[in-house]
Amino acid sequence: MESTKLNEYTDRDTGKLGMWLFLFTELFLFGGLFLVYAVMRTKYAHDFHLGALELNAFIGTANTVVLLVSSMTVAMSLTAIQTNNPSKAFGLILITVFLAIIFLINKYFEWGHKIELKLYPGSDVMRSLPHGEIMFFGLYFIMTGLHALHVIVGAVLLIIVMFNLKSGSITQEHYLLQENAALYWHLVDLIWIFLFPLLYLVT
Amino acid sequence: MSNHISADTPSNYLTHKTGLLSWLTTTDHKRIGLLYLYTITIFFLTAAVLGLLMRIEKFAPGETIMTAQTYNAMFTIHGIIMIFVIVIPGLSAVFGNFFLPIMIGAKDVAFPRLNLFTWYIYITGASIALFSQFAYGHSPDAGWTFYVPYSAQSHSNMVLALMGAFVLGFASILTGLNFLVTMHRMRAPGMTWFKMPLFPWSLYATAWVQLLATPIIGITLLMVVAERVLKIGFFDPTLGGDPVLYQHLFWIYSHPAVYVMILPAMGVVTEIFPTFAQKPVFGYGAIAISSLAIALIGYFVWGHHMFVAGIGYNSRVFFSLLTFLVAIPSAIKVFNWLGTLYGGSIDLKPPLLYALGFISLFIIGGFSGLTQGALAANVHITDTDFVVAHFHYIVFGGMGFGFFAAIHYWYPKIWGKMYNFRWAYIGFGFIYVGFHTLYFPMFILGLMGMPRRYFDYLPRFQPLQEVSTIGAFILITGIIIMISNLVYHYYKGAVAPANPWHGVTLEWKIPSPPPHENFDEVPVITHPPYYFEKPFVDEGM
Repeated sequence: MESTKLNEYTDRDTGKLGMWLFLFTELFLFGGLFLVYAVMRTKYAHDFHLGALELNAFIGTANTVVLLVSSMTVAMSLTAIQTNNPSKAFGLILITVFLAIIFLINKYFEWGHKIELKLYPGSDVMRSLPHGEIMFFGLYFIMTGLHALHVIVGAVLLIIVMFNLKSGSITQEHYLLQENAALYWHLVDLIWIFLFPLLYLVT
Repeated sequence: MSNHISADTPSNYLTHKTGLLSWLTTTDHKRIGLLYLYTITIFFLTAAVLGLLMRIEKFAPGETIMTAQTYNAMFTIHGIIMIFVIVIPGLSAVFGNFFLPIMIGAKDVAFPRLNLFTWYIYITGASIALFSQFAYGHSPDAGWTFYVPYSAQSHSNMVLALMGAFVLGFASILTGLNFLVTMHRMRAPGMTWFKMPLFPWSLYATAWVQLLATPIIGITLLMVVAERVLKIGFFDPTLGGDPVLYQHLFWIYSHPAVYVMILPAMGVVTEIFPTFAQKPVFGYGAIAISSLAIALIGYFVWGHHMFVAGIGYNSRVFFSLLTFLVAIPSAIKVFNWLGTLYGGSIDLKPPLLYALGFISLFIIGGFSGLTQGALAANVHITDTDFVVAHFHYIVFGGMGFGFFAAIHYWYPKIWGKMYNFRWAYIGFGFIYVGFHTLYFPMFILGLMGMPRRYFDYLPRFQPLQEVSTIGAFILITGIIIMISNLVYHYYKGAVAPANPWHGVTLEWKIPSPPPHENFDEVPVITHPPYYFEKPFVDEGM
C-alpha cells in the first residue's frame, strides 16, 4: 500500500515508526519501576502478599474492564475512519474518553480511601508498617500515579483527535493522528494489564 | 575581496530568511544544529570556568578561594552541565542535526517540527539545572551522580537539578528517535545501509542507546525526587529500601550514556581520516558493526562503577569480563583508522591534527579504563583522582577533541568561510599541551592515594596539584585562541570553496553554505561511500 504523504518530509509509515519508537521509551520508563518491583517483591514476598490484601480488588478489576473496553472502542474508531465514517469514529472516541474519566474517578476514590486511612508515603501510619509493606505501598502509589498521568495524557490526545475529526482534518485518507493516539491509548491499557496482577492479585 | 552577499550570490540556508524570530521558529535542521552549537558553546564556557575555579582552589591545600561546601557545589554543577548539557547531546545535536540529512541525501530529518521542539526542551532542562544555583536554597552538592542517601537528604535545591537532568533526558530521547526514523526512512535512492557513510552509522548506534537507555535515568531521577518529596523509601534502608539499588539504576543508564558521548566522536574522525588521506576507510564494515557492538556490549558493563559497593563476587567477575570485552570493538576502530591513513596522501590540516589528538587521548583514556576494569586494581584506584583523569581523557579527550575536529572540518561547509590555519595550530598546541599538563598528574595523584571530589589534601600532593592547575590555564588559553580564530573568521574569513578538503561524501558536493533544501535534485547513489575517483595529491607547497 502506497504510503500517504503527510508533508514534504513525512509519510504515514514514517509517522507510525516514530510513534512505535516513542512507545518503546515509555515501556522502558515504566520498566525502571517494574525492576524496582521485582527486586522488592523478591526480598519481601510475604509483605507484598499482605499489602495486596489491603487493595480493593473490586475497583481494580472494574478499572481493568473499563480500560479493556476503552481499547476496544478506540480500535473500533479506527475501523470507522477507515470505512469513511468520521462521525462514528468521533462517537467511539468520545466513549473512550468517557471511560478514561471513569477510570480516573475510580482511582480518585481508591486513593482517597487510602489517604483517609493515612496509608500514604511519609505518613506515620506508613512508617509503622513492616518494611516490605512500605515498599509495596510506595510502589503502588508511584506506579498507579505515573500510570494515571499517562491516562490523562492519552485522554487529552484523544480529545485533540475529536477536534480534528470535527474540523475535517482527519479523513479516510489522512488519519495518522488518530492512529497514533490509539496506539498510545493501547500502551496505557497494556501497562495497566501488567500493573493490575502485580499489585492487586499477589494475594 | 568583499565578503558581503551580492545580488549574484545564490541564496543559502543562512540568507533564506533573516531575523532572530526566523531562527527561533526554524524547522531547518541546519539552523537547529547551529542553535544547539551557540547554546552549547555558552554552557561549555560556563562549565569550563567552574572547572578553572576548582583548579585554582586546589592549587594549594586548605581553603584557597572557596569553602568546602562551595567546592562540592562547584564539582556538582560542573559535572551536571558538562555531562547532561554538553557531552551527551553535543555531537548529535550539533553535527548530527546539521549533517545527517545531507550525508544521506535527504532534505531534512523525519520530524522537523519535533526537532525544533526538542531544542526548546533542551533549553528548558539546562535552564532548570542552572536555576538550582540561583534559587532560594543551597546549590546541590551531591555530585552529578546524585548518590543516595546524600542526594535524598542534602538541604539544597536538589529537586531542581534532578528535574533539569530529567527534562534534558527527553531532549536526548527525541533526538535519538528523530535520527532513527530519518535513517530508516529517508536515505536517498541507491543508498543502502552499507553505502551510508560512517558518521551516520555512529549516529545510528548512538540513537538506539539514547532511545532505550535514557528513560531509565528518567525514572530513577524521579524516584530520587519521590524520596525527597514523598519519603517513598525505595533507596532508604530504614524504610526497607536499598541504596545500592539506586546505583544499579543510575549506572544502567549512565554507562551506556558514555557510548552516546563517544560513538559520534568516533564517527567524526572516521570521516576525517579518509578525506585527509584521500583513500577509502579501511574496514568500512568492521567500523559500522563495531559501533553497534559497542552500543550493545555497553549495556552490560554498568557494574564496573560498583566494584566496591558490595555487589557479589560473580557479578564483579561478570562485569569485569564484559568491560574488557567492550574495549575490543574500540580497538578495532583504532586499527582501522591507522589502516586508513597508511599509504594515503596525508594532508596535515587542523581537522586531521585534532583527529590524531583524539586518537592519542582516547588511547590513554581507554587504557586507564582497562586498568580500572581489573578487579584487584580497582580497589586501590576507585574514587581517587585516577578515575578523574580517566574520564577526562576519554570524555574530554574523546568527545571534546572529536567536537573540535568536527568544527574545524565542517566550518567551511557551515559558514562558507575559512579560518586561519596557523592560528588553529597554535590553539591546538596550547590545548593539547595544557590537556596533558592538567590531567596526567591526576593519574599519578590517584595512584598516590589522592581521593576525588576532595577540596583539601596532604602536603605531599601539592606539587602535582600545582602542575595540574597550571595546565588548566594553558588549556583555557588554547580554547580561547581556538574559539577566537573561528569567531573572527566568521566575520573576516576568506570565502571557502565548496570542497576545500577534497572530500567525497555528499556534503562536499553541495555549495558552501548549503542551500535551504540541501539538494537541487535528490541525489541517486551508485558508488560506495568513500569512493576516491581521483585522489587529490598536493604537488606544490
